[in-house]
Amino acid sequence: MKTISLKNAAALIPDGASVMVGGFMGVGTPERLVDELVRQGKRNLTVIANDNALPGVGVGKLITAGAVRRTIASHIGLNPETQRKMLAGELEVDLVPQGTLIERIRAGGFGLGGVLTPTGVGTVVEKGKQRIEVDGKAFLLETALRADFALVQAFLADYLGNLYYALTSRNFNPVIAMAADTVIVEADNIVPVGVIAPDHVVTPAPVVDYVIETS
Amino acid sequence: MNPQTIIAKRIARELRDGMLVNLGIGIPTLVANFVPPNIHVFFQSENGLIGTGAPPEEGMHHRLLTDAGGKPVTALPGASTFDSAMSFGLIRGGHLDMTVLGALQVDESGLLANWMIPGKMVPGMGGAMDLVSGAKRVIVAMQHTAKGKPKIMKQCTLPLTSVRPVDLVVTELAVIAFPGGRATLLETAPGVSVEQVVASTDAKLAIPVEVPQMQL
Repeated sequence: MKTISLKNAAALIPDGASVMVGGFMGVGTPERLVDELVRQGKRNLTVIANDNALPGVGVGKLITAGAVRRTIASHIGLNPETQRKMLAGELEVDLVPQGTLIERIRAGGFGLGGVLTPTGVGTVVEKGKQRIEVDGKAFLLETALRADFALVQAFLADYLGNLYYALTSRNFNPVIAMAADTVIVEADNIVPVGVIAPDHVVTPAPVVDYVIETS
Repeated sequence: MNPQTIIAKRIARELRDGMLVNLGIGIPTLVANFVPPNIHVFFQSENGLIGTGAPPEEGMHHRLLTDAGGKPVTALPGASTFDSAMSFGLIRGGHLDMTVLGALQVDESGLLANWMIPGKMVPGMGGAMDLVSGAKRVIVAMQHTAKGKPKIMKQCTLPLTSVRPVDLVVTELAVIAFPGGRATLLETAPGVSVEQVVASTDAKLAIPVEVPQMQL
């Protein structure tokens, strides 16, 4: 793990990259990093996140800024900008059931080809997917999902990259931290090694590539 | 009593001690206000919390403690937090005793449509498909009609949420269940006749000889 400036962290991400972003309605989203991506004028990103938050909040800022070509999310209903851009053909939106989205990401990070889930069987979600019966019960084969970058928000990071999350900001963060080629962390606090007790580490240091220096 | 309160109070009577329960946004959220005394229920927010409490008092909120709508909540003593994979493992894995959701339409056999209106409203399914597929008991909380039009139909015209039928529909007029795949009128609300319910319902309702009044 290396510490990195906010500016250099954002500069690692090229136009056209696929980016997983932690957060649920903006809670647990690395906001400073998102702001810097907007400032650097990124384009054509694929953003994989639970939702599109609201305009001005979390990944909603990337949508408004026109940085996103495609988003894979479970819910976009509270971001009218996403709705507008989707209908105007400026933004491609893949809607995935929330439990399926997180399992596809988990599979990507855990070395699995995909998962079998009962969610979506017999609905429009099944279109184009393989249905597999196990012990007489129907499941959909949902394939693994990975990204070039994971943008993770943590409450505590130590100088090795061990991470601890707070309250409901955990959500997608520890799961996306396993599923991307490069993992960039924005932490509320960077603490000396040993402050996070081994039992309290949720994301172990070796999966983290960069921790952004606190301002 | 307004329609929302009737619905929430009636559904609260379905709660049992020790249950893990997920409440959707809107009318379902109100159910938490009417938990019967002397029982303890765990409420789950699918963003990663069990032990969700009431909204915090002014000045007591924390930006990293919210419900699935992103609104500030409290965590009751004994609460736990976890990531989204665990949250949906709880939902799909048979650990969630009950989910209460809103609906756009429910059909005669109990199938639910609650996540999109093609060409008009495409919010995404969020956790709804997992909740309906995975919860042990699925209860719909909704007003009986929308702009005077029945929401309990012969067949849903909107895309389904799941092929698993719901267990109970509670409206301000009636309680309806689906034994044997047939919409059956179980109770009517105080002051509401069986005829009124039938007139507001597009689906064919099986009507037992005796239909008791909803206890609130």
